[in-house]
Amino acid sequence: MNPTTEAGGPPPPPTSLAKTHMVLRVNGEDHEVAFRPHKTLLEVLREDMDLTGTKHGCELGECGTCTVLMDGEPKLSCLVLGLESDGVDIETVEGMAGPEGGHPLQHTFAELGAAQCGYCTPGFLLTAKAVLEDDKDPSRETLVEELSGNLCRCTGYLKIYEAIELAAQRMREKGSSDEGGSHV
Amino acid sequence: MMRLPSFRYLAPKDAAETAKILTGEGPDAMIVAGGTDLYPNMKRRHQMPKTLVSLRNVNDLRGVEMNGAVTIGSNETLRGLERNAELKTRLPALWTAVQSISTPILRNMGTIGGNVCLDTRCNYYNQNWEWRRGIDFCMKCDGTVCWVAPSSSVCWAVNSSDTVPVLIAMGAKFTLVSTRGERTIEAIEMFGEDGIDYLTKQKDEVLTRIEIPDQGNATSVYRKVRRRGAFDFPVAAVAARVEMDGDEVKDVNLVLNAVGPKPVVCESTQEFLKGKKLTPEVVEEAAKLAARGAKPLDNTDHLSMWRKKVVSVEVKRALGALR
Repeated sequence: MNPTTEAGGPPPPPTSLAKTHMVLRVNGEDHEVAFRPHKTLLEVLREDMDLTGTKHGCELGECGTCTVLMDGEPKLSCLVLGLESDGVDIETVEGMAGPEGGHPLQHTFAELGAAQCGYCTPGFLLTAKAVLEDDKDPSRETLVEELSGNLCRCTGYLKIYEAIELAAQRMREKGSSDEGGSHV
Repeated sequence: MMRLPSFRYLAPKDAAETAKILTGEGPDAMIVAGGTDLYPNMKRRHQMPKTLVSLRNVNDLRGVEMNGAVTIGSNETLRGLERNAELKTRLPALWTAVQSISTPILRNMGTIGGNVCLDTRCNYYNQNWEWRRGIDFCMKCDGTVCWVAPSSSVCWAVNSSDTVPVLIAMGAKFTLVSTRGERTIEAIEMFGEDGIDYLTKQKDEVLTRIEIPDQGNATSVYRKVRRRGAFDFPVAAVAARVEMDGDEVKDVNLVLNAVGPKPVVCESTQEFLKGKKLTPEVVEEAAKLAARGAKPLDNTDHLSMWRKKVVSVEVKRALGALR
């Protein structure tokens, strides 16, 4: 069916060395990037843009560790081509911190031990951020469902849910005090 | 690290342009929509299309129209359907099937057209190239033997779509477009007899629309068996649609999936149920009959013996829910 059975030979490697030039919008900045056209967004971020915060897991859409936000929606960067990523706002874990420091989720993950080996953490942080954009006070049930695409083999998930709930609470409190402030 | 093979990448603007490109490029071109099925397959060297025809800009195949019938554009994401409150109310069984696919992140990417055309799956096939070389490949890709049934002349890879059994049970129609014209087929006609030729859709055809007729008074249910609550494909799936006349079955559709290369329409069970009351005894008998149509082999998660048993349990539960 496929021409892959050359005796003893590995599967054909990508042959084209020609690079595609493109502007990708990552973490609020336009980046001019040159990459080989068969590369996934994960490979482009890590290898051509040195943004190694996005982790490389199963490569097949089964673990969620490579999750990035594309126009605010969590997507698997191992299953999107770099070529398919133009004209989209891409957010990686490197873009989560603001001028005032880490995102509330990053603080609560550290405080409550929601990261152990840390490999799944960037994916969890970004998925959680997208969940909190949609729902400022998500139920535990919502969290379990929405985060079911991110695997963690260390924490048992409980600490992760608790960290997201604490961050959500702090963000709500800050939101209401900010609103209060603006009326003064 | 598994990298994609190289390919030429084209992103047409509409269905007609897509069909034109497919005709021009010939059988070495493949359509990609969400990429969640094709890209892993390409990384494992199952498919190596010379040209990828992406539907990312094909917006005329997105969206859901609801009149009496429900028409879904093939390029609509699974997440779009999941978030469609009216779809959830009108076709809860289809919504349940969509919502059970893989994970929320994957559903942000995958499309309903992709789930309908999902490549058949097998423990001896869904492995990387080195693993498959270790067993001298299999007949579905690069080899000659079916490792789950070595004397078999056909491939037993499993149709693992969640939406397909529901769509068949609901009497959905698929519209296929090519430069040769447009044709509309019954959902079941889309599927071929074995795991290699699992689709009757020709290589130059694009699946454009899925039309689900007005369900009238009929109610449907979808039941999926899998090991984990997320990620997993079904190892057995049951879709049932029942239209009652008083307390008797007027019309019934019962479809199994993930128990063979082709979705199974349980015709004798349907005949048996017509005109009957869904008493526990009738449901029990129907469940036994339906399980005869399931021929699972040991090429997915869980033992085939157990999967066959669980089919009858799930048919019982499905019919019980519709009683």
